[in-house]
Amino acid sequence: MCLAIPGKIVELVPGPESWAIVDVVGLRRTVDISLVADDGAGPGDWVLIHVGFAMSKISEEAAVEQMQMLQLLGETASALEEVSGYGAGHPPDIWPGAPPGS
Amino acid sequence: MKFVDEFREPELITQTAAEIRRLADPKRHYRLMEVCGGHTHAIYRFGLKDLLPENLELVHGPGCPVCVLPMGRIDDGLAIAQDPNVIFAAFGDMMRVPGANGSPLQHKARGVDIRIVYSPSDALKLAELNPSRHVMFFAIGFETTAPSTALTLMRARARGIRNLSIFSNHVTIIPAMRAILDSPDMRIDGFIGPGHVSTVIGCRPYEWIAANEHKPVVVAGFEPLDILQSIVMILRQLNKGCAQVENQYRRVVPWEGNRAALKAINEVFKLRAYFEWRGMGFISQSALAVRESYAEWDAEQLFATPGLRVTDPKAAQCGEVLKGVLKPAQCKLFGNECTPEMPVGALMVSSEGACAACYSYERRKHELVAVGA
Amino acid sequence: MSAGSTNSSLSALDKIRASMDPAAKIRFRDPQIEMAHGAGGTASRRLIDQLFAPLLLGDGSEPLPDAATLEWGSGSVAFTADSFVVKPLRFPGGSIGELAVNGTVNDLAVSGARAEALVVTYILEAGLRGEILEQEVRAMGRAAQAAGVAIVGGDTKVVENGKADGMYITTAGIGRPMAGLSCSPRSVRPGDKILLSGHIGDHGVTILLARGELDLEAEVCSDTRSVLPLVEAMARTAAPGVRWMRDPTRGGVASSLNELARDCRLGVHLQERQIPVRDVVRAACELLGLDPLHIANEGQFLAVVAPEYADAALEALRAAPGGAAACIIGEIREQPAGTVISATAYGGTRVVDMLVGDPLPRIC
Repeated sequence: MCLAIPGKIVELVPGPESWAIVDVVGLRRTVDISLVADDGAGPGDWVLIHVGFAMSKISEEAAVEQMQMLQLLGETASALEEVSGYGAGHPPDIWPGAPPGS
Repeated sequence: MKFVDEFREPELITQTAAEIRRLADPKRHYRLMEVCGGHTHAIYRFGLKDLLPENLELVHGPGCPVCVLPMGRIDDGLAIAQDPNVIFAAFGDMMRVPGANGSPLQHKARGVDIRIVYSPSDALKLAELNPSRHVMFFAIGFETTAPSTALTLMRARARGIRNLSIFSNHVTIIPAMRAILDSPDMRIDGFIGPGHVSTVIGCRPYEWIAANEHKPVVVAGFEPLDILQSIVMILRQLNKGCAQVENQYRRVVPWEGNRAALKAINEVFKLRAYFEWRGMGFISQSALAVRESYAEWDAEQLFATPGLRVTDPKAAQCGEVLKGVLKPAQCKLFGNECTPEMPVGALMVSSEGACAACYSYERRKHELVAVGA
Repeated sequence: MSAGSTNSSLSALDKIRASMDPAAKIRFRDPQIEMAHGAGGTASRRLIDQLFAPLLLGDGSEPLPDAATLEWGSGSVAFTADSFVVKPLRFPGGSIGELAVNGTVNDLAVSGARAEALVVTYILEAGLRGEILEQEVRAMGRAAQAAGVAIVGGDTKVVENGKADGMYITTAGIGRPMAGLSCSPRSVRPGDKILLSGHIGDHGVTILLARGELDLEAEVCSDTRSVLPLVEAMARTAAPGVRWMRDPTRGGVASSLNELARDCRLGVHLQERQIPVRDVVRAACELLGLDPLHIANEGQFLAVVAPEYADAALEALRAAPGGAAACIIGEIREQPAGTVISATAYGGTRVVDMLVGDPLPRIC
């Protein structure tokens, strides 16, 4: 249910069915991309692979944003440690992932 | 490995863990449940419990499709496999799960044709390569895996392949979570929500947990940073006294889910009125059966099976461990009669089962064991 | 696997008599043999400890090394046996013939001996194509030459079609113990360092992919080779400090180190980030849910070396051909006794258990 791995689409397989060759640091498998066809997934895109099917297109932007939040957390944490003697509060509440419109 | 290594970055992990310790109110005892077996496995594999404060407890949930499969269903599948014309195909996860007369691998050792596949489409390929045999795919998994099984049957129909069938044991996650919350001996403060199931069903299905039960749900990824960040998000909600559904795994999980996947499930499957979950009893509308329109590919229609209910030995406390009421080591059989090599319950067989994970990864860490013969 | 040194006071005959005592405890209760019994993990261990050892190998109080060292005339000789049942017969990086030679040479090498001669048995399946057999025999000849070992005899049997996966090969090898090397798990001490000769998982993943059942393609090949030159290089500078060696074949590094932990009754502590795994092997393991520590290797060895010799040993390995990826992957500590623990870079720890059954791809 849970084991899924990110891979990069390197080539679409021509034909009536939706197959693509996906690469994971040199490991290749033909993967069914029917479930990400609506997202227009194509060569160069990263997808999450589970039991030989691409489940979702991976958003590089969201990944970068997440890393930035984590890094900010780290920086704020060290800044906090410096100023903890002065009664500063917790880092601001700006996590991504809150429901749209909230 | 891209999208993997970044989320295993040691310094960020250390910093996020420090934030967790800062956020955890020393006057409170937090109990967070990770629903998904994959999260249980990741927590043990990455040694994440070592990084958490004493007053933050992780409770293992029932999101392990192998663990919740009643033994009677495995026996039914293996009964079909006895037919020499049948090739029994299943994921590796199923191979050592004990049935009444042995596990699939033990049957294989006796000459039954049992094959391991990585994908349901491999089962379809087996059917194409063996036109005179019948391939029965023993399907397991939550909503993450059901679309793949569904697409495979749709493809079988499109290609006119008739020597393939599936024995569906697909189950759905929400009824299991409902059962947890309905359980009287339960006290969970928040949920680390299933990551990959949510790529299919989205985040909306968890909204009732926040709205009606007032528990935060954070849909989480599977790398160490994902899990730790999710815990930070839950703690922030708890400390503010609010309960919302949040999506930590945004790079992969779409809030609305995957329409094509849901469509495929709907095309091929229907909800069973009820289904037995090992250790949890019968839960209504919690499992998928093949629709009439695909009856030709439904092993339950094509083959007669014993359909016997097999109850677990009374001493086995799988149900309580599955619901998080007991820790694996608290089950009387843990480590004695029940070990990964000779499992009594499925939680000890599946590598993401709470008992197997605890036994393999944690059991001896703090014991000073005198090593004898 | 073989009996220990015969330096004890009982003669060989006395030992055999003692082991034939019907009162000797046989605890092997598995009702049938399964693939797991050959996988190098817990079931294999049970088979050896509870059936073969009590009935065939004398008092069973000594841990079993890869090769037996026997007194012979005025010196001693190392003696080992091995068997090869790989499918497919040929795979990227090698074939059954090479595995047979290198595997036997390596068993002797990690027991501190230089292989001198091999005898080889072929069990051939009726229907095996002549040219395939010739290919393997040639491969075996080449591997023997490269390893500097003579093949001095053998036997052949043919079994019915369907009974031997093409061919099975068994070997017995004899060698001369190297001066200055004396290895035993009982000599391991807290503070000793654990060395690994190179990347792990290559062979097992190659075979898994070569079977073609998983529809995966990758640029990976078996690491099969003789590790004797590396062992010799290490021995030249660090022999007095080498406490224990093993080649992590079936069952992988995890199983070998668990046996060490059990035999020396100490704790084996690994640093996960120090363990070299090629990207593509890592990817295959992540995809299939396998642990590289459980995957078979055919060209690597583990050594436990006293701390004052460890750096010199590592340097010698790295300087030797094929040893560039050698590294120190951990150390021995007092506790927890009998356990192998791996630590991440951020302080998380987990127990590394012995392999149960065969490594199976999983989806959960």
